[in-house]
Amino acid sequence: MQDEGRPGDVVIRIRGLVNAFGDSVVHDHLDLDVKRGEVLGVVGGSGSGKSVLLRSIVGLNKPQSGSIQVLGRETAEADSEDLGGLQLRWGVLFQGGALFSSQTVAQNIEVPMRRWTHMSQELMDELAAMKLSLVGLPPETAQKYPSELSGGMTKRAGLARALALDPELLFLDEPTSGLDPISAAQFDELIRNLQQSLGLTVFLVTHDIDTLRAITDRIAVLVNRKIKVGTIATLRQDPDPWIHEYFSGVRGRAALGEQG
Amino acid sequence: MRNLAPAITIATPATLRLEKEGRSARLVIGGEWVVAEAARMDRELHGIDAGGSADIAIDGSGIVLLDSAGAWLILRTKRELEAKNARVSSIDLPERYRQLFERLEKECIAPPVTHPPRHKLEDYLARLGRGTIHVARQSYDLVGFLGRVAVETSEAVVAPRRELPFPAFIHQIEETGLTALPIVGMLAFLLGIVLAYQGADQLKRFSAQIYTIDFLGVGFLRELGGLVTAIIVAGRSGSAFTAQIGTMRVNEETDAMQTIGLNLGEILVLPRVLGLMVALPLLTFFADVVGIIGGMVMTYFDLGITIPAFMRELEGAITLRTLLVGLIKAPVFAFVIALVGCFEGMRVERNAASVGKLTTRSVVESIFRIIALDAGLSIVFSVLGF
Repeated sequence: MQDEGRPGDVVIRIRGLVNAFGDSVVHDHLDLDVKRGEVLGVVGGSGSGKSVLLRSIVGLNKPQSGSIQVLGRETAEADSEDLGGLQLRWGVLFQGGALFSSQTVAQNIEVPMRRWTHMSQELMDELAAMKLSLVGLPPETAQKYPSELSGGMTKRAGLARALALDPELLFLDEPTSGLDPISAAQFDELIRNLQQSLGLTVFLVTHDIDTLRAITDRIAVLVNRKIKVGTIATLRQDPDPWIHEYFSGVRGRAALGEQG
Repeated sequence: MRNLAPAITIATPATLRLEKEGRSARLVIGGEWVVAEAARMDRELHGIDAGGSADIAIDGSGIVLLDSAGAWLILRTKRELEAKNARVSSIDLPERYRQLFERLEKECIAPPVTHPPRHKLEDYLARLGRGTIHVARQSYDLVGFLGRVAVETSEAVVAPRRELPFPAFIHQIEETGLTALPIVGMLAFLLGIVLAYQGADQLKRFSAQIYTIDFLGVGFLRELGGLVTAIIVAGRSGSAFTAQIGTMRVNEETDAMQTIGLNLGEILVLPRVLGLMVALPLLTFFADVVGIIGGMVMTYFDLGITIPAFMRELEGAITLRTLLVGLIKAPVFAFVIALVGCFEGMRVERNAASVGKLTTRSVVESIFRIIALDAGLSIVFSVLGF
C-alpha cells in the first residue's frame, strides 16, 4: 500500500526459474506473474516445490538460474542485506509460525517495527495491540510466549508479525495446515478480510482445497516441474491427470460442493 | 540509524495542521499516512494543542495513502480528543479508506500491549529457590534413572530376555571410541609435552631432572590420562547422546517406540552405556601411551635423555598397579557420562530449544561429576594404600 500501484500491476515476475537439488529438478523454467491485489493460491503434490518456490521468491533459496522480480527488484541473486529493504514491503508467515521463542507475542510483533522504523515504544505497543485485534487474538495473548500458544493462535500471532509493517505483499506457507476445519475456515475468512481491508497481494501456498475455493482469485498448480495458472473452473478442464484428480477426485468434488 | 530511505520513497510526505476558529477547530491531514511516516506523525500529533476547542472536525480528504498504522494514529487522536471532552464532529476520509478505518474503530479497543516487567530482587531470590529445588529434584530423578539402568543392564547381561542390540553396541564403540582417537591422541601428546617441560623446569633446580620421568609416568597413568580422556569424551559423546535422544524425542520417535512396545532403556540407553564403558578404558589406555610418548619426546629434546634411558627410568617408577589404578576409573567415568547424557536426552521436551539447553547441561553436569568423582576416588585409593 505504500506505493502507488494500481490493481493489476505485476508485483512478482518470475521468468525461467530453475531449481534443482542434486539430480532432482524441482522447477524447470517456470514463468509466473502475480498481480497487485490478487490472492494467488499455489498448489501441488508433496515435493512438487511449492515451498521452494516461496523461499526462492523471498530470497531464502538461490535458484540455479532464472530471474525473480519482486516489486521491481531482483531477489533471486540477492543476499538478504541487499534486498534494499524489500523486507519492509512484504510479510511472510511460515508454516510453523516461526515465532521467536525467547520473546513474547507482543515483542515478536514489534521486531519488524524496531528493525525498520523509529517509532516510540508507546506507539509500537499501541500498534501491536491493534495487530492482535486485527488477527482476532485476545489482548492477553500479548504477554504469552510462543510455547504457551495453540496451533491456531501461533498462526494468528505469526500473521500479526507478518502484518506488523503493513506490507504490500503477504506470503503464506500452508496457513491452514494443522488446524481443525473450523479454525481453518476462520483463518481463511480472516485472510480474505484482511486482504480486502488492507489491500494486500497474497501469495498463498496450500494443500487445502477449501482454502482455494474460499479465498483465491487465481490458482497456480505445480505439476511436472512446470506451473499452470488458472481459476478452479479452467483448471478443472485441464487434461493433466494430477490436476484432474486434485479438482475432480472425491475430496475435490466434495470441497467444491458437488455430489459424489 | 536504521534507514528506510532505500526501501520506500515517500512521494508526498504526511502533513498535519490545526486550524482554530473560536470554539471550533479543524485538524487538516494529508499526504501519505503510512508506517514509514508513523514515527514522525506520532510526535507531531502529541505536539498539537486543541485546548479550548469544543468542536473538532478531522479533515483527511487530502490523504493520498493510508495504511493501518496511519489509520490507527487518526483513530487514536479522535479518541484522545473525545477523552478531553471535545466533540469530534466529523472525520472525512477518502472513500477507499473508510472501510479500513471503520474496521479499526470497531475492533481495536484493546489497550496497548504490556511487556513482562524486568526482574526485581525478589525474582532473583525466587529463581534461586526454584533452581535449588530443581537441582535437588533432578538429582533425585537421576538416582532413579541410575537404578533403572542398573537393573536393565544387569538383566540384559545376566538373563537377556531377547537378543541384545549388538550392532548398536558395536556402533557406539566405534562412534565414541574409534572416531575419538585423533582428538584424544593429539591432546594427550600435547599434555605429555607440557607436563614433561614444566616438571623438568622445576626439578632441574635440584639437579633431579631424571625424576621428570617418574612424575610424568605416575601423574599421567594414575590421574591425568583418565581424567582428560573422560572430559573430552564427555564433551564429545555425552553431548551427542543428549542431542541424539533429544532429537528423537522432538520427532516423537521415542513415543513411536513406546507405542510399538519397544523398551527405550534397552534400545537407546543400554548400547550407549555399555558401548562407552568398553570404549573409554581403551581410549584411556591409548591416551596414556601417547601422553608418555609426548613426554619422552620432550625429555629427549629438553634434557637429552635417550629413549632407552627413559624406558629404564620409567620401568623403575611405575608398576602395573599404577596403570590399573588409572584404568579402573575409566568404566566408572564412562558410566557417569553415558548415564547423564541419556538421562538429559530423555528429559528433552518437544521443542528444539530444549535440545540445545539440555545438551549444554549434560556436558557441564557430566564433567562436574567426573572431576568430583575423581577427587573422591583419589582419596579412597590413597586411604586404601594403592
